[in-house]
Amino acid sequence: MTQLILFNVFNGLIVGAFYALMALGLSLILNLSGVINFAHGGFLALGAYFAYTLMPYVGFWGALLIAPVLTAMVGVVVEWILIRRLYGRDPLYSLLLTFGLAYMLEDGTRFIWGPESLPFEVPGWLTTPLSTKYFFLTGYRLFMVVLVLVAVIGLFLILNRTRLGIRIRAGTFDLATVSVLGVNVRLLRNLNFALGIYLAGLAGVLAAGMLGLQPTIGTSLIMPSFVAIIVGGLGSLPGTLLGGLLIGVASGVVTVFFPSASEAVIYVMMGLVLLIRPRGLLGEEGRLQ
Amino acid sequence: MNNLSIDRRTASVLVWLVLAALPYWLPWVGGYQELGTRVLVMALAAMSLNFLLGFTGVLSFGHAAYFGLGAYGVGMTIKYLVPSTPLGILVGVAIGTLAAAIVGALIVRLRGVYFAMVTIAFGQVFFFIAFRWNDVTGGDDGLSGWRRQPLDLGFTRIDILGNDKAFYYLVLVCFAIAAGVMAVLLRSPFGRSLLAIRENERRARYLGIPVEFHIWVSFVVSCLFVSLAGTLYALLNNFTDPRALRWDMSGNFVIMAVLGGMRSFWGPLIGAAIFVVLQDYVSSQTENWMSFIGLFFVLVVLFFPRGVLGIIRRKVAS
Repeated sequence: MTQLILFNVFNGLIVGAFYALMALGLSLILNLSGVINFAHGGFLALGAYFAYTLMPYVGFWGALLIAPVLTAMVGVVVEWILIRRLYGRDPLYSLLLTFGLAYMLEDGTRFIWGPESLPFEVPGWLTTPLSTKYFFLTGYRLFMVVLVLVAVIGLFLILNRTRLGIRIRAGTFDLATVSVLGVNVRLLRNLNFALGIYLAGLAGVLAAGMLGLQPTIGTSLIMPSFVAIIVGGLGSLPGTLLGGLLIGVASGVVTVFFPSASEAVIYVMMGLVLLIRPRGLLGEEGRLQ
Repeated sequence: MNNLSIDRRTASVLVWLVLAALPYWLPWVGGYQELGTRVLVMALAAMSLNFLLGFTGVLSFGHAAYFGLGAYGVGMTIKYLVPSTPLGILVGVAIGTLAAAIVGALIVRLRGVYFAMVTIAFGQVFFFIAFRWNDVTGGDDGLSGWRRQPLDLGFTRIDILGNDKAFYYLVLVCFAIAAGVMAVLLRSPFGRSLLAIRENERRARYLGIPVEFHIWVSFVVSCLFVSLAGTLYALLNNFTDPRALRWDMSGNFVIMAVLGGMRSFWGPLIGAAIFVVLQDYVSSQTENWMSFIGLFFVLVVLFFPRGVLGIIRRKVAS
């Protein structure tokens, strides 16, 4: 029993790490540009399939490095052509446009790589269990947690230590002033979008290693990411991280006792948060309410 | 150009005439009855959404949940409880409205993007319930093994199952009642307060309008009619599945409202007609219909954000 619970908590932690990675990217874009990127799941799938295509040439590690960058570059182009036109408009339009984009990305990956699920092989030494008692502790899972951790620390370092990151944070706080101070806001938003999409691409490569590849791989992750943002608190990146891990673990624990409710539980949690603390666990008072 | 701008009453009369005669002119333009009925059902859903979106200024992206609850309500009532169409509709609408009343109370304080996100996310709860509760809902395969039942009016029985036209007119009656109620509500002081909230929430609040309560009522009314549309949708197909309450359905409602014109009462009807016919055509022509529909969303946002009626109105005004 302890083993079962541990297994599911650990599983939940991994799933939660995915949610968090997705949600952090969504949050970045939402905070600075006020755009909810419905197509985030589509970019995740794109990252996964890029990695699949690259693997024969550059191997797993090469793919892990290059695929998210490629995805981010697609993000730069998409922001440049489409997303840019949504800034300052009613959120209704950004929702609709990215919604259409999500359709196109899902269908596009299906068109290019086919509707069947494809295998995605990670290096053999990563898949062997580390311990016979805790059979679920495969190297790959541990590796994923570590990598997500590195990515998150990297993100917070970028946001806190680099000029770009500080500008992004300042822009989130007051974009007009940042613009007046001579910062190229268009470029800033573009890079910020790319950063968010990079995280989605990275999550895609990792997810492919765990779940295998199919065109809908991102669709199942986008809604929980919304919940992660709401539970953690809009406008707070640490909150988003916390929210993602929290709902992941919660759905893992519920899987033990009541498997068919494992998806629904995160929405119940969201309802509770909205009831007790509408701004989210770490959200700022009054922001976007 | 003044003679081109038809006044509102003439427009309404025209709409009703076109709808009432639809089964007779539809075959002439290459349509089929089921398509016509589907347009009307979707139009009802889009108009109900627009009550909230266009006339209260609140963006819900999760209306499919209540649509789907209506659909499952009617299906399960007929399958498990009583084989009666009107009773099924009643139960479906009651369930959808009740859920909306509860969810609405949780979210009326939120605004804008936040409201949209929360409505989307809440919609998923019902999706997973329908998806996972196999024994009762049929899970992923959907709820089948039931059919709409003949209408028993006491003095006569109407066979809405075999007779497609009869069913269309049942839908039209429901549509007319819903549209009538919404039109009356919008013209009442309550409806004017909704417009005031849409235009300037803070000012409305200073005038003493209980904003949260008004938004809640608007949300519930909107969801009530969306669940009515859901029941009719399930009756139309004699079937329902979890896709009826998934988020992409919500997106479809919103695009219909935007495409037709959010600021006009009949706009969503036009949007629904264009969208449903287009979807029907594209999905019969290509396997990659999703790309086309997606592209359509993008194009509407970039080039027709005011919708068909919005553009016509502008042309007439200039």
